[in-house]
Amino acid sequence: MIRLERRKEPSKIWRIANPFLAVVLTMIAGGIMFAALGKDPVAAIRLIFFDPLFSEQFGSYSRPQLLIKTAPLILIAVGLAIGFKANIWNIGAEGQYIMGALFGAGVALAFYPIEGWYIFPLMILAGALGGFMWAMIPAILKTRFNTNEILVSLLLVYVAERILAAMALGLMRNPDQPGFPGSRDLRRYDSAHNAELIANTGLHWGVVAALIAVIFAYVMMTRHMLGFHVQLAGQAPRAARFGGVSPARLVIICLGLAGALAGLAGMFEVSGPGGQVRIEFATGYGFTAIIVAFLGRLNPIGIVLAGFLLGLTYIGGELSQMMLQLPGASIQVFQGMLLFFLLALDFQTNYRIRLTQGARA
Amino acid sequence: MKKLLTAAVASVALATPALADDPTKIGFIYIGPVGDFGWTAGHDRARQELQDHFGDAVETSIVENVDYGADAERVMTQMALSGTDMIFAASFGYGPDVNAVAGRFPDVAFQHATGYIQEHPNVSLYDARFYEGRAVLGHIGGKMTETNTIGYIASFPIPAVVSGINSAYLHAKAVNPDVEFRIIWTYSWFDPSLEADAAETLIEQGADVIMQHTDSTAAVRVAEDAGVMAFGQASNMVDFGPNAHLSAIVDRWAPYYISRVEAFKEGEWEAQNSWLGLGDGIIEMAPWNDRIPAELQEEADELIAAISSGEYHPFTGPINRQDGSPWLADGEVAEDGALATMDFYVEGITSEFPN
Repeated sequence: MIRLERRKEPSKIWRIANPFLAVVLTMIAGGIMFAALGKDPVAAIRLIFFDPLFSEQFGSYSRPQLLIKTAPLILIAVGLAIGFKANIWNIGAEGQYIMGALFGAGVALAFYPIEGWYIFPLMILAGALGGFMWAMIPAILKTRFNTNEILVSLLLVYVAERILAAMALGLMRNPDQPGFPGSRDLRRYDSAHNAELIANTGLHWGVVAALIAVIFAYVMMTRHMLGFHVQLAGQAPRAARFGGVSPARLVIICLGLAGALAGLAGMFEVSGPGGQVRIEFATGYGFTAIIVAFLGRLNPIGIVLAGFLLGLTYIGGELSQMMLQLPGASIQVFQGMLLFFLLALDFQTNYRIRLTQGARA
Repeated sequence: MKKLLTAAVASVALATPALADDPTKIGFIYIGPVGDFGWTAGHDRARQELQDHFGDAVETSIVENVDYGADAERVMTQMALSGTDMIFAASFGYGPDVNAVAGRFPDVAFQHATGYIQEHPNVSLYDARFYEGRAVLGHIGGKMTETNTIGYIASFPIPAVVSGINSAYLHAKAVNPDVEFRIIWTYSWFDPSLEADAAETLIEQGADVIMQHTDSTAAVRVAEDAGVMAFGQASNMVDFGPNAHLSAIVDRWAPYYISRVEAFKEGEWEAQNSWLGLGDGIIEMAPWNDRIPAELQEEADELIAAISSGEYHPFTGPINRQDGSPWLADGEVAEDGALATMDFYVEGITSEFPN
């Protein structure tokens, strides 16, 4: 019979191998699904994973697009992962992303139409501050009143969405466009435009910021005392407390850092690819980033890979809808499979399956 | 097609008429799923008719659930890169994205539904006069309500939605001076759970007729379960509430789509700004529910006939703004420009305008 045995230590090999295995299993199961829908499974998988990168027809456009789609995911996920390692669960990155965008755009709209080199740096500061302050609400409530940061940060997303709608309809509305919600297009305001640094590469300041954040997080987690404290607090909270790690301080740092990074992501989006403050500005980057953080095993390098993988399924998913007429829902199922297989496989990181003979011992 | 507004914008016919035996490639991008049984379903119905009409001479493809902004821009760019000749962007918020892509692909003909931004000679706008249908719904709703309370689920405060609320209210009020409107804004086009919550809240507040300017069937289903009445949106939603569903404004984009593709194939496509109504057949009313008394059905048919013939305009004065200030004098008819930028409620609506 089959018996499950808990491993003494989580398996290192499976931890790293599982994401790759999950991708392979998703390709197989997804291929079966596409075939059942009457589509060529090989063509579908190729359109999702390879064509956005290597197709002659689309590659030169979709490679830069991959950077644009992935940069905010990575920027947010890196911050979230640090908190997750310390068992601090910030589920409200979407709200912090929105507030960062509103603060950044607010600075730009306040200066409009003055041109000046100092405007964009101020927007960056404001964006980080907006996300930081929004994350401080669950942080302070947790440290002062011991409220649950999962609930508070999540519910604040809905508050942020309402503030976004109010801004798009009121204070930040474009006065030149009566009757329609939405702010001025920041892409048409040179000093505030987060433009591509090199044309047609997709490389904008948000991509640069994501890269810096990844390096920073990697160094911090592996070389710095704070990174050690984070890991310790996550794995052995009691030991951490005896070791002099203040849980309250850690909550403030982790939520604040994640909030600031999410805020930056929002600011770079609203001043670049997003272009304007609209009611529908937030499309779920803050939630998808949670998946990216876990898919990347809470490791900065892993998050980069996971971000690109997920970004690829989005862009490739659109391509396969367009070229093969796959239904949009089948792409969502495909993405769901990826996570499902990863979670299922993670089981064997912690358990081993034993085949034993005879009756139960 | 007398109402066809041909504000032809410095119209330049596109230079590359497709070769006769080369199928015209047409891409559609949708804000919701084709299975919403509402707005997006309406556009996809038209796409299928278009495909049936032209057969092998056209090749259509769709991408569903495309968010406004960077995602929409990317999808349309990929369509253009894959050799698509015409793109139908079937939601209001795609405006900036359509124009961004249109600027880079001057040979692709863009058709943007319910939009208002037209910066390039290859961007056409098209819309339906939904407020005409709303007038009919308001008339029926005003007579059918027993609690004198009509609930309205609204999406985004844009002129098309605002003029719909005003039109429905004015015509409900005309037949029932005691009628009140309760309005909930969802800030979303397609969110079935949010729409269901909104419908439940409105029913709790005493509404026995639910109107919606959102795309899912959730409100009709909630109304059916609660034993109240509702109007569908964009498609005939009677299957989701056989008792509740009084009627619906049904969108019929197909004739327009076929005419635009025809023009493109002839090399005569040029940018337009079309605003079509009941008289053009671009919208029609779903079959009346049997619970609507025969007399009321006749009144509704007469109202449709009067609007279709142009004899009656749903916004005919005297009409005051919500704050009591005069908007239209006695007998004055609203101009299209005023309707296309409408950002206020008319007098009598008690809700606060979202600002």
